[in-house]
Amino acid sequence: MKADFSSRPPLPNGLVAVVKQDCPTCVLVVPVLADLAERANITVITQDKADFPAAAEWVVLDHDLALSWHHDIVTVPTLLRVENGEATTQTEGWSRDQWESFTGVDGLGADLPDWRPGCGSLSVDPSRTDELAVRFSNSTMNSRRIEIAPLEDEWEAMHDRGWTDGLPVVPPTEARVLRMLKGTSRDPQDVVAIVPPDLVECTIEKIAVNAVMAGCLPEYLPVVIAALEAACTDEFNMHGLLATTMPTGPVIIVNGPIRREIGMNSGMNVLGQGNRANSTIGRALQLVISNVGGGKPGGVDRSTHGSPHKIGMSFAEDEEGSPWDSLSESRGFSSNQSTVTLFSGEAPRIIFDQMSRSADSLVKHLALSLMANISPRLAMGFETVLVLGPEHMARFKDAGWDRTRFLEELERYLTIDADDIIRGAHGIEEGLPDFLTGSQVPKFPPGGIHVVHAGSNAGLFSMTFGGWVAGATGSVTVTKEITR
Amino acid sequence: MSTSANTVVLDPTGELKPQHRELVTRPESLNGLTVGLLDISKARGNIFLDRIEERLTAIGAHVKRYAKPTFAKPAPVDLRHEIATSCDAVIEALAD
Repeated sequence: MKADFSSRPPLPNGLVAVVKQDCPTCVLVVPVLADLAERANITVITQDKADFPAAAEWVVLDHDLALSWHHDIVTVPTLLRVENGEATTQTEGWSRDQWESFTGVDGLGADLPDWRPGCGSLSVDPSRTDELAVRFSNSTMNSRRIEIAPLEDEWEAMHDRGWTDGLPVVPPTEARVLRMLKGTSRDPQDVVAIVPPDLVECTIEKIAVNAVMAGCLPEYLPVVIAALEAACTDEFNMHGLLATTMPTGPVIIVNGPIRREIGMNSGMNVLGQGNRANSTIGRALQLVISNVGGGKPGGVDRSTHGSPHKIGMSFAEDEEGSPWDSLSESRGFSSNQSTVTLFSGEAPRIIFDQMSRSADSLVKHLALSLMANISPRLAMGFETVLVLGPEHMARFKDAGWDRTRFLEELERYLTIDADDIIRGAHGIEEGLPDFLTGSQVPKFPPGGIHVVHAGSNAGLFSMTFGGWVAGATGSVTVTKEITR
Repeated sequence: MSTSANTVVLDPTGELKPQHRELVTRPESLNGLTVGLLDISKARGNIFLDRIEERLTAIGAHVKRYAKPTFAKPAPVDLRHEIATSCDAVIEALAD
């Protein structure tokens, strides 16, 4: 059991100074403090040495920095006026004029310079702040504490416990998790979701632990929380997506102001490595599914081949460079709302077109390429995310096409004569069932093409994510607002 | 970490404490027992289960057929309850 350091200790009432010996300004004002002890009944709180500025009963040692930490002392010396254990006014550093008016005592430090700045309080020393936060912040974290033995390598210890995705993870120490929790205003014990497959209640705290391990910064945490909330809806069906033999996983698309605030990449190498937010947000979600939900490869995760993007797949839309409404606006949100959209998808692949100069040519070629998603012999069962590169988007901008026009044209070329891909047609047994003979079918179900603008300014390419079983019997694409 | 104290980390798992459940005793014979056949609704699962039903009926078992609404989601609680309370054994047709 830890000692209860969390209660806020009262300051001594009256005139108080907080000092440390390791500060030239504090040393400079020693004669003034002695003078004030005699003439103004001051109490001096010393941070680093019990007999500084004097071995006297008006000097109190703040040995564990509890007084300094709880009362937000940033600078030493700080003079405070205290009533009922709380500071009412204060002044920092040494200034004869200010100290005289603050204390009401004249003729202070006549031999001293008029003014000197103070030094940093030990309670805000960067090497101590994490430890002090853990000790004093009245931690409500409930996770089991696990001590890594002295001869254990902490990275190996975490891997051996089955906590990783095969790559190294950041050790989730209490200090790091506390820092992560500063990324949200939500209570650490709020239950956010019931995580499959074990159907475990997941708190903000557990998400923060896994976000630390994934390498997230605290400001990413609200995105991870929203992504988990979206993943654990009945519509998204994370259990099915995890259990499927297909090589699919959650694809997270981020829209709105938070993309820029946390530095997400929507440009060059947008779907690749190198950007911390892009690389760790999706990974944090997958670690929660694995660690909290218990969904592990070989367990409930039954993917035949899997895919590298199952380590974690998150990216942002380039909204500023797009002539169209964003993905989240097209799904009913406003441009000043930050959102995550979760799509059940396979790894992205390229659609290569360096020759089309007209919107008509390009839309036909995009449609032809999309016909190959999952299999050219299957239709209506799978949605897609189409990531239009800026140089492809420029063709549609030049032609004056908006999102609606683009989708109308695209869907026109994505209409299939079912007889061409019916089971057995052209000697291939896979295909549409016989009852569709003679009909025209769309490649994707209604609303099943989700267009996002992203990528760098050079490269006449787009990308497509194939989907998993679409609709109420499989997975429905879910958009959720990110709140802090 | 360069501290001399041991590193203490927070458990990232759901910290589940699973209950131990005994398997039911394997029946000596299926003769006279009720066997549930659960079709998970994948293509051609019915072909497999039709043949299983023939074989089971031939050895004196009563067969009840069930189907999940979709293979992509876990079987609903009500369906699991119905199978558990009205069958002595269950066979699940898993895949295509």
